[in-house]
Amino acid sequence: MRKMKGVFLFSTIFVLPLFLLVATLVAVPQQTFALEDKVVIVTSYPKDLTGPFKKAFEKKYPAIKVEILQKKTSAGVKYIQETSKGNMSDLMWASAPDAFEVLKGDGLLTKYTPKAKGIPEKIGSYPINDPDGYYVGFAGSGYGIMWNNRYLKAKKIPVPREWGDLKKAVYHNHVGMSAPSRSGTTHLTVETVLQGEGWDKGWATWKEIAGNFKMVTERSFGVPEGVNSGDFGLGVVIDFFGFSSKATGFPVDFVYPTVTTLVPANIAIIKNPPHPKAAAAFIEYLLSIEGQELLLDPGIRRLPVNPKTYAKAPKDFPNPFKDKSIGAAVKFNVVLSKNRYNIVNSLFDVMITYRRGDLVKATGAIQKAEAALAGKSNTKAEALIKEARALIAAMAISEAEAVDAKFPGVFTSDVFKKRKKASVKVPPRQAEIEEKWDSFTKKNYAEAKAKAEKALSMLK
Amino acid sequence: MAISEFRKHPGQAAVMLFIFLFLLLFFVVPVVQVIFVAFMDATTGKFTLLNFKDFFNTALFRESFWNSLYVGAMAVVIASVFSMPLAYFTSRFEFRGTVIIQSLGIIPLIMPPFVGAVAMLMLFGRNGSVNLLLEKWFGINIPFMEGLNGVIFVQSVHYFPFILINLSAALQNIDRSMEESAQNLGCSGMRLFRRIVLPLAMPGYVAGASLVFLKVFDDLGTPLLLNVNNMLAPQAYLRIASIGIKDPMGYVISVFLVVVALGSMWLAMLALKGKEYATVQKGGGGLVKRRMRPWEKFFAWIIVLIIMSLVLAPHFGLTLLSFGTIWSFSLLPDAFTTNHFASIFAETPEYMTNTVLYSFLAGVIDVVLGTAIAYIVIRTKLIGRQWLDYIAMSAVAIPGLVIGIGYLRTFFGYHVPWLENQPFATWWVAIVIALSIRRLPYALRACTAALQQVSVSLEESAENLGAGKFSTVRKIVVPLMVGGILAGFITSFATAAVELGMTLMLVSRNSDGPLSYGIYVYMQSAAGRGSGAALGIVAVLVVGLCTLISHVVVERRQRKLGMGQTN
Repeated sequence: MRKMKGVFLFSTIFVLPLFLLVATLVAVPQQTFALEDKVVIVTSYPKDLTGPFKKAFEKKYPAIKVEILQKKTSAGVKYIQETSKGNMSDLMWASAPDAFEVLKGDGLLTKYTPKAKGIPEKIGSYPINDPDGYYVGFAGSGYGIMWNNRYLKAKKIPVPREWGDLKKAVYHNHVGMSAPSRSGTTHLTVETVLQGEGWDKGWATWKEIAGNFKMVTERSFGVPEGVNSGDFGLGVVIDFFGFSSKATGFPVDFVYPTVTTLVPANIAIIKNPPHPKAAAAFIEYLLSIEGQELLLDPGIRRLPVNPKTYAKAPKDFPNPFKDKSIGAAVKFNVVLSKNRYNIVNSLFDVMITYRRGDLVKATGAIQKAEAALAGKSNTKAEALIKEARALIAAMAISEAEAVDAKFPGVFTSDVFKKRKKASVKVPPRQAEIEEKWDSFTKKNYAEAKAKAEKALSMLK
Repeated sequence: MAISEFRKHPGQAAVMLFIFLFLLLFFVVPVVQVIFVAFMDATTGKFTLLNFKDFFNTALFRESFWNSLYVGAMAVVIASVFSMPLAYFTSRFEFRGTVIIQSLGIIPLIMPPFVGAVAMLMLFGRNGSVNLLLEKWFGINIPFMEGLNGVIFVQSVHYFPFILINLSAALQNIDRSMEESAQNLGCSGMRLFRRIVLPLAMPGYVAGASLVFLKVFDDLGTPLLLNVNNMLAPQAYLRIASIGIKDPMGYVISVFLVVVALGSMWLAMLALKGKEYATVQKGGGGLVKRRMRPWEKFFAWIIVLIIMSLVLAPHFGLTLLSFGTIWSFSLLPDAFTTNHFASIFAETPEYMTNTVLYSFLAGVIDVVLGTAIAYIVIRTKLIGRQWLDYIAMSAVAIPGLVIGIGYLRTFFGYHVPWLENQPFATWWVAIVIALSIRRLPYALRACTAALQQVSVSLEESAENLGAGKFSTVRKIVVPLMVGGILAGFITSFATAAVELGMTLMLVSRNSDGPLSYGIYVYMQSAAGRGSGAALGIVAVLVVGLCTLISHVVVERRQRKLGMGQTN
């Protein structure tokens, strides 16, 4: 008995790791053998969405098994990049068009033209398919405001309609949103407002809204989660989060503000797919009437790209092909968005995500001073409040600078891309620039708070 | 001198070399693959230290650094407040609640922290049940879960068992004769506790406290879930996840995490240095236990109940979530149902079997390596043995995500011949090895603490009687260490079962995913919250059951060998 124990112990010490070591070292890189008996899909979608599609597709094509690989969008992109030599996945299936842009830029996608008929060119003002033919839109989604009815009732807060409503003092400390750098679709919302209202005014709007933020979440799902549980009352979310939460039974509601963009959710074939035929069959199924109707499922609730599907939709389901007010207010400029993509994300993080505490305090002070000013006339206090507002709105860089090739260059330079010529000037580092923005922002928020407090003390 | 040590003990040298190779291949190489980016100029690809200058120049990073230190330290303080009375009751008194306390020592660990945080938010959040009640009754709202407070609260509830387990093990290993001699010399009460018991239990406490600090310092899931981002680990993660390889700062922060982790281990070692903790006898272990007086019993129960209610809060909240239909801005869920459980058993039974398999293997690898490393470090004079300890311990400070990316980078090119030539990195065995590397520090600390309490003289006598090194280790050292080894196995096993960050990176298909992955997948949708919570409950039950079984098995074996650990 005791001997056994010793033998076991020492054989484990030696044999197990040795076995693993040998297993890894002996095995050499080899090519994978393709079989069309399955299709491997990398997706950021939850089970609620992938489940029904997997079930229906496997029913239609019993020979093909659908293997789902669920990852966050950014992790999914990273996974495809890291595994590109010896790729084992067939499809990338996710919402954010920019994730597909990244993969396309790295040459990791295969061109595919869908055969399905009856799908228009645009949803809202955004093209449904990639103009270069690398990825295909299968559903539309847009951003809006979601709220918890019980929460609003308990705190006696009115229901908002437009982005601008969220600036009001009544929403102070009740709003949540995810950071654009973590969620591709949030980025589009930020960019939409920037394009709709212009750089300076757009940022001022965001900062005024952010002054009411209770939370900037790290995952895009963190927002509906917070609203559903009542941790905060209102959230800036993508439509299907609102629809599916409501369909699940949560006491929540959702509205599209006038300034919103409808963007397609996409699917693409990865480069060198092990099962290209099965992958194409899946895309075609997704675009078929049958597949499009699955999108109306209460747990999924995304806007189909085939206008015919809306005939079967529930009554209150928005139809962007009929109701032109949804997502049509802004002509979305994809190139501009792409050029300043990283800068916008970084600015949002520096000014809002990481300085939310300072911003909320300053905004709170201004709102108090404004409330005290209401109905009185005090030009000095009024001027101070105006100055405080201007300090918060002040931007560290102008729009022209943001699209200047010099800046985005810093934010996209890849460590593996070596400088082509020694004579090229080394640009400043991203961390260096962000620190400058940060100290600028921090100082302004502190001064704004001081001014607002001074104004308040004058009004007392 | 140096070489002669290796020559004198070829067996020891071989074991050490082997462990070195294992750590090198499965830990150092993958991590270095990622870390070297910290020392690269982003544009030229040349070696540089500029990135570190940027780190210190950035207010946000400095702030994150201090926040992380503060949260780590506060979590240790609060975790100590939780665990000290509990450990004291069980080791000092014949206390009926001992079983409860022992289970308390395990239960929090088997709850994935990010799931625990969801449940805690429902109970203690700004509009959670507790605050809704407080507001109704007293019109107040206590920000338990706001910002850093929330992280400290969730973390100390989650990680305090590290201190409890290690401290209890140390207290149980104290030689009764020490206490008796002190009493014979007229020492008693607090003085006895302060001068004899506490110092003798110090290795266990320091081991536990340093683990708590490290875990909290590098934990990612909790701050992320509570949306606290001005701490180091989330900053590293956010930089790597959102800016990626293009920006070296995430990697620079990873380097800092490692440095602080090593630094605190070093401090812990310094604190214990120059003191002798080993006791010679091992027969009648533990302190003399006595009955409590009625009022003592009363207070003890009150304290145990308060701590228990806090510690079980995540489980309570999770149970409500898993049986509840809709829980939103209300004291309790609107209605109750068993649908969530039905759906997970119908859809995803493989998550459970995977979890048990992966974490059991990882736990076994960990205690074997942990015992071997502890023995080599403490008992041999091989050159470089300390490095074994340092390298293995630094695993605690490497974010799971970094290990995940490192594994993909390093092992993707190697295919497993008998499995359709699947890359090694996406084979489930890679998850097991990565888990065992991640959890090795726990097992190692526990084994080291256990070995420190075994007196060398016992081994020397065995050797004097003619036993060889291996049979001494086998027959004397390992059996005497069993309590610590078991503690190590349980912590490794239980925490491996709830690992998330790395698993997210390495799982290549849903059928290979463990429970934590399944919970994460479910929790990403509004309709899946109940099912995710149900899966969380299953995780707690499965891991708890396995822990119990391993405990019973080891104890029975101990009894058979005639060395009752718990007499």
